[in-house]
Amino acid sequence: MTNANKAIHPASVASKRDIKRVALMMALYLVAVFGIGWTFRAFEPQGPLAWALAIIPALPIIGVFWTVIRYLVEETDEYLRYLVVRQCLFATGFCLSIVTIWQWLQNYEILPPSNGGFGAAFFWFVGLGFGGLFNKLTVGDWGQR
Amino acid sequence: MQNNLKVLRAMRDWSQQDLADRIGVSRQSVNAIEKGRYDPSLPLAFTIADMFELPIEEIFSRDKE
Repeated sequence: MTNANKAIHPASVASKRDIKRVALMMALYLVAVFGIGWTFRAFEPQGPLAWALAIIPALPIIGVFWTVIRYLVEETDEYLRYLVVRQCLFATGFCLSIVTIWQWLQNYEILPPSNGGFGAAFFWFVGLGFGGLFNKLTVGDWGQR
Repeated sequence: MQNNLKVLRAMRDWSQQDLADRIGVSRQSVNAIEKGRYDPSLPLAFTIADMFELPIEEIFSRDKE
């Protein structure tokens, strides 16, 4: 088969689209974090406006969750989709375990009530990384994310 | 599940990438199926069988007990 008549694999289309979406969400996240941080320091907004502004940096993170779902919907290669589903399940278990342990350490006042800015999303993304490693060790491939 | 994809590919002088392109999946998928690390869905197994112009049971078989 020559390169000329090799069809572009549909999976690579879903993957490339996913990379672009994640990059966009990360760029929006950086703008939101620095922009909203500056706004709070400069103007000290109060009331409903403060609520609305504080939620803005969460939106690109939710956007990344959306990109994962879109990838799973659009990926036509069932093996690659299987790898990412495994990663997501691993990440969910990892995240819930860490957050549950943390909560009980807080319940008994071993740790302070603040989370230091590390939300569940952080641990879920870390879990995706470990999920890729889990895939590599058990199936032989990392997965797409 | 066992399969003889590697032999069938070799008989046609196809690389894993060649077969992947012909059936519309990634090379990793062909590699994982070939090595028995991933069992394909029925639709994909039929696509593979169609590509080799063989009945599905001549390509895939149950693991021996």
